[in-house]
Amino acid sequence: MSEKQTPVLRESATFDRLAIQEIQRAAETGIYDIRGGGTKRKVPHFDDLLLLGASMSRYPLEGYREKCGTDVILGNRFAKKPIHLKIPVTIAGMSFGALSANAKEALGRGATIAGTSTTTGDGGMTPEERGQSQHLVYQYLPSRYGMNPDDLRKADAIEIVLGQGAKPGGGGMLLGMKITERVAGMRTLPIGVDQRSACRHPDWTGPDDLAIKIAEIREITDWEKPIYVKIGASRPYYDVKLAVKAGADVIVLDGMQGGTAATQEVFIEHVGIPILCAIPQAVQALQEMDMHRKVQLIVSGGIRTGADVAKAMAMGADAVAIGTAALIALGDNHPSLDDELKKIGSAAGFYDDWQNGKDPAGITTQDPELAKRLDPIEGGRRLANYLRVLVLEAQTMARACGKSHLLNLDPEDLVALTMESAAMARVPLAGTNWVPGQGF
Amino acid sequence: MKTFDLSSASVREFNQALHDQAKQLEEREWRVSNSGGKHNLAVGVNQPLDIVIDGHAGYYCAGMNQQANITVHGNVGVGVAENMMSGSVRVKGSASQAAGATAHGGLLVIEGDAGARCGISMKGVDIVVGGNIGHMSCFMGRAGRLVVCGDAGDALGDSLYETVIYVKGSVKSLGADCIEKEMRAEHIEELRVLLDKAGFDVDPASFKRYGSARQLYNFKVDNASAY
Repeated sequence: MSEKQTPVLRESATFDRLAIQEIQRAAETGIYDIRGGGTKRKVPHFDDLLLLGASMSRYPLEGYREKCGTDVILGNRFAKKPIHLKIPVTIAGMSFGALSANAKEALGRGATIAGTSTTTGDGGMTPEERGQSQHLVYQYLPSRYGMNPDDLRKADAIEIVLGQGAKPGGGGMLLGMKITERVAGMRTLPIGVDQRSACRHPDWTGPDDLAIKIAEIREITDWEKPIYVKIGASRPYYDVKLAVKAGADVIVLDGMQGGTAATQEVFIEHVGIPILCAIPQAVQALQEMDMHRKVQLIVSGGIRTGADVAKAMAMGADAVAIGTAALIALGDNHPSLDDELKKIGSAAGFYDDWQNGKDPAGITTQDPELAKRLDPIEGGRRLANYLRVLVLEAQTMARACGKSHLLNLDPEDLVALTMESAAMARVPLAGTNWVPGQGF
Repeated sequence: MKTFDLSSASVREFNQALHDQAKQLEEREWRVSNSGGKHNLAVGVNQPLDIVIDGHAGYYCAGMNQQANITVHGNVGVGVAENMMSGSVRVKGSASQAAGATAHGGLLVIEGDAGARCGISMKGVDIVVGGNIGHMSCFMGRAGRLVVCGDAGDALGDSLYETVIYVKGSVKSLGADCIEKEMRAEHIEELRVLLDKAGFDVDPASFKRYGSARQLYNFKVDNASAY
């Protein structure tokens, strides 16, 4: 009993090591922390839902034998040329500038092989991306970097961006180390500036103006292109209603798990809502307007697996979009890069300094030597493989639920594991008929 | 000359007829009557057409113009010549807010006044305003020149990049990182050419020049209050 006990160190739940580290960092630098990616905190997500496979009351479809369709048509409300995708998993908007030209090309290649669309970003359309993308969605952002009518006409759809899940209400950001001559030229910026983008569009405010803006873009493109409206999830019920009223063909809804190339950490972690609770609000808005399945809903923010795809679609989405997962498929955070990532203060599986241009995977960089590391053909192949797996997984679950098309999944195929997720997703707590917040 | 009466023809028919000229040029001169303040008139034109609009126009008149010369005998709504690439737009009356927003090229002349946010995020266009401009004009202006023969409102040139601003009258206040700069001989000459092109007989030496102090180009702790 004379031996001294090792003292137990007690970490504060409030001032934990991360909090202490951030206070120390702020005190040293005087500026907020900027990083890439989406929220890292645990929030209610698709993992908190389960699909109800068929048994006696419903019967399943034969796996690998009976058809389970995956195609989706986007933008057939007003556009003369809606997009017909083979799979309901699209590639989210990510800019040339945030990503290397090779990465953008790889995204286009992978999406095209898999039969889906990719999306430009806050930096204009590159020839590499247009050339390799069968279906290319051209983003129309507050900054209007690189925006021009020629590219508008070359696009297959146009996405008016009001916000993104990682930072609803915030503008774009690209730090000086990534503003190379080519990036600066496309954005009409001086080389090397820390680019700050406006958070509001320069020539319209509010839904009444948006209706006129949408009409203008339709007029310029002779009503051919589907017009998407992208919303960062915060008040999706109202935002979706207003966007539909303004004339959107497609709503893109991005939850707080959605990634960004560069944003303040505090913004990423504390603004916006998870996609799980955003989808039911959006679907309710569409249903009340009799626009569900007429105005398509694409959801994003933390889609990783075919289970996520199936659950999102069962909740009422027409398609999903992936961003972070697509970059991981290209090679971001790959274990083979661990040593190099450690040299820059990170590690494989943790790297989120997408803003600083030092990505050893050659994806979130404009350094020509690093960018060369990503072979766009191989990257495209990897992305196509991943997309195929997502769809195969989603089909597997849809067949088990007895559905002959992914779009036939519905909320009755879902239950929730927690009260929080049941309330947010508006599906019953598993083993009960109780949907918290919906009465008994 | 092709004429269009918008009391009977639709905006869609009008714009489609203009766009068809890009495929096969059949008529270079166009005149529009009874514009009635309609939105989205002559947007997305991509041919060196001469288009005259007799009357007022609504939002986004001449939006994304390429090559055409468009004259409006009236006032215009929000975002006239927004994102114009080339050509010219002349407004005989006054313009609402966001005139010439994000425009990359060409010449926008507003003979009357322009509202708030004139030249917001402009990227290379030349804008000449005969009268006054409203607040927050040239916010985040990237490139091009904004000339104001009257007065400018609050926060002129806030967060300016490389747009050059010339103002003859008073400036109510300058925005963050916008400063008055020396008016040297080359600027007077540049302005003389621009005023001539816009059709204004004004002494260029009577203007002051404003531009970016370039202090906010990169994040610095000392500038935290300006972000």
